[in-house]
Amino acid sequence: MIDKRCHVAEALKDVSDGATVMIGGFGAVGQPDFLIDGLVEQGARDLVVVANNAGWSRETGIPRLFDLGRVRKIVCSFPKNSPAFDDLFRVGKIELEIVPQGTLAERIRAAGAGVPAFFTATGVGTQMAAGKEVREFGGKTYLMEEALHADLALVEAWCGDRWGNLSYRGSGRNFNPIMAMAARLTVAQVHETVDLGGIAPDEVVTPGLFVNHVVDINGVARHG
Amino acid sequence: MAEAIPLDRAAMAARVARDIPEGWIVNLGVGVPTQVADHVPLDRDVIFHSENGILGMGPAPTPEQFDPWLVNAGKKAVTLKPGAALFHHADSFAMIRGGHIDLCVLGAFEVAETGDLANWSTDSNDKTPAVGGAMDLAVGAKRVWVVMEHTTRDGRPRLVKTCSYPLTALGSISRIYTNLAVIDVESKGFVVREMIPGMTREALQNRTEAKLHLAATTERLS
Repeated sequence: MIDKRCHVAEALKDVSDGATVMIGGFGAVGQPDFLIDGLVEQGARDLVVVANNAGWSRETGIPRLFDLGRVRKIVCSFPKNSPAFDDLFRVGKIELEIVPQGTLAERIRAAGAGVPAFFTATGVGTQMAAGKEVREFGGKTYLMEEALHADLALVEAWCGDRWGNLSYRGSGRNFNPIMAMAARLTVAQVHETVDLGGIAPDEVVTPGLFVNHVVDINGVARHG
Repeated sequence: MAEAIPLDRAAMAARVARDIPEGWIVNLGVGVPTQVADHVPLDRDVIFHSENGILGMGPAPTPEQFDPWLVNAGKKAVTLKPGAALFHHADSFAMIRGGHIDLCVLGAFEVAETGDLANWSTDSNDKTPAVGGAMDLAVGAKRVWVVMEHTTRDGRPRLVKTCSYPLTALGSISRIYTNLAVIDVESKGFVVREMIPGMTREALQNRTEAKLHLAATTERLS
């Protein structure tokens, strides 16, 4: 029997130091805070975090990893309003790779889809073009951007089943479905687990093959 | 002559809203651009897109409507209109990069007479750099308009020959709405379409670094 439901400690036991970790969410919505707490407990260090934001409050989420000195580098589009990040960044204790939001999303999607690189007009003529291959297609200039893979993706969904199928709520999809595709190990926290078929087939957003573990947070809603 | 009174932020947003026709798909940046939605009449079918995966976004919720799982690109709570759709970030930026968004309205630090945009970084060392979706929107939307104050707080022009701040995109802006004027960006440079009552071409030029061209008829901006 395939059963991907498990406890957070079991789901994260093999995460190693130096891992690249994708963390879903946009603002506080769809952010897998319960799994981040699990990663804090688990203890992996020297992490490269890929996330759209660098978190907000020091009490929850990614800033907890910052304050414990666990993060070597963050790849993100908008690391503003995170005091914990600012403190490290100002003194050069964390590396920052700024990526335009759409390029970040497509680099993640490309990794999950087996596409090693793609071309985009985003960033042409800006600081983002530094060191990147430039090509013309149809008389327009594009930059080559490479796929962004991860060792681990921590995602949040609303509903999950034992095969790992996921559905989402509101604006909670954001980076979660694509990050689930792009990592070697994907762990999803869900607010509710249902029997197989409990998510109607045409309402499954992330098919279970992208998901390794499902952690039910038992309706512990975290509204940030 | 009466003193020219600059538009306030609400009036600037209202002026932009007047130019958005029924049927357009529109993405609004944070700040004054977000306020544009408040001035589009409810009976005009304009569909608002949010980078984080919403088409058909409605206004801020009443306390009864509040859903903590539904925010816009500025991380503020919003509502959905009947007909709304939800999707993930790669689809959302496919809509943007793929040219499916009719209009994006952004704020800016500077716009050059070539349409170059600088709106993401002042390159100052005490600020954390953050680009968000601005670069994707500036190259991907069918048209990109800027709404901003005509000059900085200390009176320096924001409509310039060449941007001094780090660029967001090359040649992407086609129209600028300021608190003093509405200006198109054409191949010859900035063309003044509207000015606030009491403003003269000379006074506007004095607040603008790049050369201003006058349209055949310049309307009253109100």
